[in-house]
Amino acid sequence: MMPTEGWRRRVKRNERRFELLSFAATIVGLIVLATLVIDVLRNGLPRLDWQFLTSFPSRRPENAGIYSALVGSVWLLVLTAIVAFPIGVATAIYLEEYAEPGPLPQLIEVNIANLAGVPSIIYGLLGLELFVRVFYPITGGRSVLAGALTMALLVMPIVIIAAREALKAVPTSLRLGGYALGATRWQVVSTLVLPSALPGILTGTILALARAAGETAPLITMGALTYVAFVPELGLEGLRSPFTVLPIQIFNWVSRPQAGFHVNAAAGIIVLLALMLLMNAAAIVLRNRYQKRRTG
Amino acid sequence: MPPPETPPVRVAPVFQFPARRTAPQPRAAPSTGQARFLPAGRRGLKIREALIHAALLGSSLISILTTIGIIAVLIFETFAFFRQVSLWDFLTDTQWTPLFADKHFGIMVLASATFLTSLIALAVAVPVGLLAAIYLSEYAPDRLRQILKPMLEVLAGVPTVVYGYFALLFVTPLLQTFIPSMSGFNALSAGLVMGVMIIPLVASLSEDALYAVPQSLRDGSYAMGASRAQTVTRVVVPAALSGIVASFILAISRAIGETMIVAIAAGQSPNLTLNPFVPVATMTAYIVQVSLGDVPTGTLEFRTIFAVGMTLFLMTFALNFLSYRIVTRFRQRYE
Repeated sequence: MMPTEGWRRRVKRNERRFELLSFAATIVGLIVLATLVIDVLRNGLPRLDWQFLTSFPSRRPENAGIYSALVGSVWLLVLTAIVAFPIGVATAIYLEEYAEPGPLPQLIEVNIANLAGVPSIIYGLLGLELFVRVFYPITGGRSVLAGALTMALLVMPIVIIAAREALKAVPTSLRLGGYALGATRWQVVSTLVLPSALPGILTGTILALARAAGETAPLITMGALTYVAFVPELGLEGLRSPFTVLPIQIFNWVSRPQAGFHVNAAAGIIVLLALMLLMNAAAIVLRNRYQKRRTG
Repeated sequence: MPPPETPPVRVAPVFQFPARRTAPQPRAAPSTGQARFLPAGRRGLKIREALIHAALLGSSLISILTTIGIIAVLIFETFAFFRQVSLWDFLTDTQWTPLFADKHFGIMVLASATFLTSLIALAVAVPVGLLAAIYLSEYAPDRLRQILKPMLEVLAGVPTVVYGYFALLFVTPLLQTFIPSMSGFNALSAGLVMGVMIIPLVASLSEDALYAVPQSLRDGSYAMGASRAQTVTRVVVPAALSGIVASFILAISRAIGETMIVAIAAGQSPNLTLNPFVPVATMTAYIVQVSLGDVPTGTLEFRTIFAVGMTLFLMTFALNFLSYRIVTRFRQRYE
């Protein structure tokens, strides 16, 4: 039974259609993304100036700025990194270099996978109860420290997963070489494995922090303020200061009815996206420089 | 023809940025001089090793403490809540008015909004994500895939507050030109934008599943005279179905937990409705609404957010677990 010419043409046409359809599905998201970026730039770029970056929020949109939010975001990210990086890397080292296969490492592993799937707003509830209420004497309530601790728990699974990938990529021969020279396990890890895996770990950490920079819901839930006309003072006392961050300031402006605040929100979004772009670029540069050094 | 390689099936219980297809890279040798091991006192070394081991183990227990903390906090406050409100009312009441004088606590109202926005999001993310996965895995030339995949991932990296802005101030006005009766806050635009956000999750995990289908199955199909589209839809997709379904379930879980898009664009009015054109309040949006107000800690209003959070946690946990089980249990092995 030979297929007829018409049948063959129909199959060909269907083939073409299906491929086009799936290609369209691939780029439809990108078209939306482009529309979003163009819309934000069109609305926000004219508003973006030095005054906007250095002013506190205000009841009048033309006087308002993002200074306190920007400073708050930087505080939050630095503190989050200080908490999440050592604990995350230590966990990864334990799982990759120390743990013998057994129920406990497996439990930790499953647990980390689970934590990565918990909605971020739930971390906000944890932070509200634990860091704001129970740890009140240390954190001083709804402070930047409480926010950073909450955020550190949120990004910890990402740091751990990235650090494990980086440690896995270190060749076993390097470790065996270390042991052959009589080194202990920690000597091998600290002098051979970690330096080798560090660029990969840092890349993953920066990406995790970029995620933290865009998080809104957990911080609102744990009680970050939406209107802050001061910045935390530099020093230990600043840790206990109330704070706001860029995404919350943007949320605050979006939720107001006046069009002037919507323009501010767009300008704030440009700053936020620029910040995240910068962090992602840093991660990529770090990775590429490292790759070049390796091949050279 | 050389025998086709069978790539290992990647089991990803959670969404991760894929790192497949980049060959494992050899690492630089450390500079010499760094690796100098001084023969210190052996006993001192042993004690130090043990201390470090304990410290590393202690750090990794923090992740377990986090889980325990989340569950303990939710249970503690939820129990306090249910001492004042009966579970029966919570599950069957058709009104949600905890902030009014006449208080009603029907979670159904918030759950209906969450259901509605998630359904709309899935109506976008499932077909688009699956087709994108098919294109990337079965059609795209290698070079194009290497460009398209990271670009698609950018969609998942955009902060949700930005999507909220886009849904409220771009998509809603745009839709209103077609549907003039639509409210400024509505489930439709929030759900649509949320769907776009979830596309990369579905696309990435489904593509992993499709890619793991061995070439021999495709070759067999071609040998039977099937066309490419026929092979994809009748052989490759069914063979990868467990991974694809798992990605859909994770997408539901993500949609249920999503907060800022719905809090900004869907409104904060608790309505028991499945009408996508009117304002609704999802579970997450309610938590945000209460957190923004000055509700004193320890009051019943304050405890509602934990009861809602508990509901949210149980739903997402069940879905994540289900997805994980589907991947591990129904994975087809072709050896």
